[in-house]
Amino acid sequence: MIALMFIQLSHPPRTVEVKGPKKAKDVLRDLNLVVEAHLVIRGDELVTEDELLSDDDQVEIRPVISGGSAPVEAHVSSLT
Amino acid sequence: MNCTKCRTKAVIKLPRHNAAFCKMCFNGFIHDQVVRAVKSQRMFGKEDRILVAVSGGKDSLALWDILLKLGYKADALYVNLGIGAYSEQSQAKVHRFAETVAAPLGAVLHLHTVAQEEGAGIKELAMLAHRPACSTCGTIKRYQFNRVALEHRYDVMATGHNLDDEAARLLGNVLHWQEEYLDKQAPTLPASVDGFAKKVKPLYRLTERELAAYAVLNKIDYIVEECPMAKGARTLLYKEVLNRLETESPGTKQTFYWGFLEKHQRQTSTAIAAGDQTTLRACTVCQQPTTAEICSYCRLIARAKASSLSERA
Repeated sequence: MIALMFIQLSHPPRTVEVKGPKKAKDVLRDLNLVVEAHLVIRGDELVTEDELLSDDDQVEIRPVISGGSAPVEAHVSSLT
Repeated sequence: MNCTKCRTKAVIKLPRHNAAFCKMCFNGFIHDQVVRAVKSQRMFGKEDRILVAVSGGKDSLALWDILLKLGYKADALYVNLGIGAYSEQSQAKVHRFAETVAAPLGAVLHLHTVAQEEGAGIKELAMLAHRPACSTCGTIKRYQFNRVALEHRYDVMATGHNLDDEAARLLGNVLHWQEEYLDKQAPTLPASVDGFAKKVKPLYRLTERELAAYAVLNKIDYIVEECPMAKGARTLLYKEVLNRLETESPGTKQTFYWGFLEKHQRQTSTAIAAGDQTTLRACTVCQQPTTAEICSYCRLIARAKASSLSERA
């Protein structure tokens, strides 16, 4: 049986399997995800994109972008 | 990779600062950036009472956490928008944070439930008023935060808007040449007239990624899912574009927004207040400040009620 690392993704929630060892930034690149918009969490620990991820690691790639309000906002118009 | 400051193992790399930090030094970095924002923009002092607008997301809960840890007097307001399971989950996370972190430090959580107070959830109100959901949400949240801040006599209202939010908003305003909105994009907006609470954005020096990392490292349980009503929002597209630029050229977002602030210092708080004083008057329905006879909140609620009645007839 081949060991793989399990990557948990969001939006929509899903799990993908990736063959390790592989650096976090390479996993992000392979999944076409931008570093600046994601965190890589191994187990419950945050890791840098240079960290080497191994087979059998439980990894979450968490998106960090939020929000949906209108792109423009004026102080005065807040109550008008 | 090691921490730039203490040489122990780093947990996050910050290309825009050409640095990497361990958890302890990263927390120090985050707190330092907030202190710099508060002081440089004259947001508030240690004696001021602050009302933090919390949503259950990473930014607002991180803001409440940071302000309390820095020793500020910070209470919070949560507005339940009535978006089904999403609102239930976000309210549960806010309650958990309030009970486990904020209450032991003497802070209080206020709650406003849209379905109870406005008669329907945000989705239904938006449909009845024939307005986009995000716009309806913004109108209600801004109105209720201002109302609660004034009723409970808070000195200042703080929101969790971060560098990504402000850079994306600036990009949107520039792309559409909304110059009148550019004038109001400062991190501190004054209490221009009676009925307006002072509004500040203490996280404007920090990116979304840094704030998400702060929440993870400090075990702040926040709602990771996007608001279901925000799908396809233009702001998300602007953020995506800016993040691609940031990845290729670290520092792009801060250069864009901070550069705008530096060049825009001519629009001082005094000038904003003077402008507001000549254009604002009391809403004839609720008495809150507005440029029109009736404020946008009262118009929204009136329109929703009228639609509801005509549907029933």
